[in-house]
This record gives sequence, structure tokens and C-alpha cells, in this order.
Amino acid sequence: MIDTRWIGETLPPAELTLERGRLRFFAKAIGETDPVYVDLEAARAAGHPDLPAPPTFLFAAELDAGAAFWLVARLGVPLARILHGEQGFAYERLVYAGETLAVHTRIADIYTKRNGALEFVVLESRVVDAHGAAVGSQRSVWVARHPAASLTEAT
Amino acid sequence: MNLPLFSAVQVGDVLPALTLPPVSRHTLALFAGGSGDHNPLHIDFDFARQAGFADVFAQGMLGMAWLGRLLTGWVPQAQLRQWSVRFTAVTHVGDVLTCQGRVVEKQDRAAATDEDRVRVAIEMVDARGEVKIAGEALVALPDGTA
Repeated sequence: MIDTRWIGETLPPAELTLERGRLRFFAKAIGETDPVYVDLEAARAAGHPDLPAPPTFLFAAELDAGAAFWLVARLGVPLARILHGEQGFAYERLVYAGETLAVHTRIADIYTKRNGALEFVVLESRVVDAHGAAVGSQRSVWVARHPAASLTEAT
Repeated sequence: MNLPLFSAVQVGDVLPALTLPPVSRHTLALFAGGSGDHNPLHIDFDFARQAGFADVFAQGMLGMAWLGRLLTGWVPQAQLRQWSVRFTAVTHVGDVLTCQGRVVEKQDRAAATDEDRVRVAIEMVDARGEVKIAGEALVALPDGTA
């Protein structure tokens, strides 16, 4: 069982500088064909100061913060037993290549279902820019399967 | 991109669907690097087998990124206020997926937001119609008079 005393715990803060190359690679990986995300001239023609980060890219910043691996180490949940249950984003503005963002994540909740066969960890993150202004937030729900629970039950 | 007007959008309107090529191991590997999700369950067959899975399977966030393409293919990204999804089934190598969306509610300009918004139900389904990811997005639309 995951100890509920971790509720309210904050993860080590993470910084991520958005690089054009990384954003172009991400665009390639998701098959993005809109030139706004890969072509600087197209981005500027559309009114952007640089390449914008796509809607789910903030999640990469959280991963770079080592959130999943921090969970594994601190909560004692093997990576192979963790599934992503839910994910949400809210935005204050777009973020662009060249910006440095900081991600502040806390464990918002921990609870079990099915008599402990499934354990849930809810993470909430605030993402701020170099001036400390909020650019967005995200919420993740992770599901840890008890060894006796099958994948079908977890999903 | 022509931005749809709030006054012209109706509940029940469907977004232009996004159909994807079959999920390949190559795509999973690229996304592991691009997203920073280095979990071996998605890229290392041996690790996946040892963990009790028949094969590697897609990162949940890869599917959510495709749903993001569905939304930004409909409106510029700056219109997207918030969205969330539930990962309801595992996406396997070889799956042929379609992302689709439908306007489910119009929210007139409110004092709190000072903009017109629509709520859109979104989902990613495979060729047999199994829902892999389901969720909702809140999108701001201009009213055409501003």
C-alpha cells in the first residue's frame, strides 16, 4: 500500500528550457504536419514570436522533473505496475521555444479502489515562466496495479 | 486557418476527424525520445514481457498528443482553454486510430470569463470502435461581432 502521508508532498521543482530542436522532434514524433509547429517563418507569419509548444508538451517538462521516477523511488511502486489513468491541462497562454519554464508538482491525493487492488496517485502541477507568472497547470492520475490485479481490471 | 464563429457553431457539430497510420514501434520509440517518457514498457519488448504484457504498447500521452492535433486542426491552439482525458484502454502496435470530436455545449459569455466558449467531447477509437481515450475540451470562440 502507498503511504497516504505523502499527500501534500511537493516534488523536487524542475526547470525546462524549450528548444526549437526538441519541439521539432516532438512534432515529428506525433506526426504534426501544421508548419506553425516546425517552421519558424510559418510560426511568425501566424503571429507567434517563435515555435509554440503543442498542447501536451508541458507534460514533457513534468517528466523531465523525474516525476514518474520520483514516485517509483519514494512511494515504492515499480514502474512496470504504473499506468496513466487521467491527464488534464489548463492554459493561461501559449509557451514558446526559448522560454524557460519551472514546474511545481504536488501529490494532491492518494486513494485505493477494489480493496486495495488498485491504488491511485493524483499529481497537480503549476507551470510558471521565467518571471514567475503562471502559464498553465496540469493534473495527472496514476494507477498502480496490485500484483494480483490484471491489466484489464486496471483499465 | 478559418476560426469558427461562436454564432455559427451548433451543438452536435463534428470536428474534422484525424485518422492516423497504424501504430508502429518506430513511432513509440520516437515519442519516447520526444516526450521524455523513457518508460521501457513502451519500447523494450523484453521488459514488457517480463512485466506480464504480451508486447510493448503505446504511451498514453501519444494518444493525447494526437487528440491535441484534432483540436489544433480545428482552431488555433491559443483558443484552447482547458481539456482533460481518461485513458480507457491500452493502444497496441498495429492499431488504426481515429480522433474525433463533437460540440456538446455552447457557453455564452459569462462575467467570470468574458468570452464565448464551447465544450467539445473528444475520443480516440480503434478500427473496431473501441474507445482508447475519452475526454472533453473547453474552447473559446469569437462571436463575430468583436
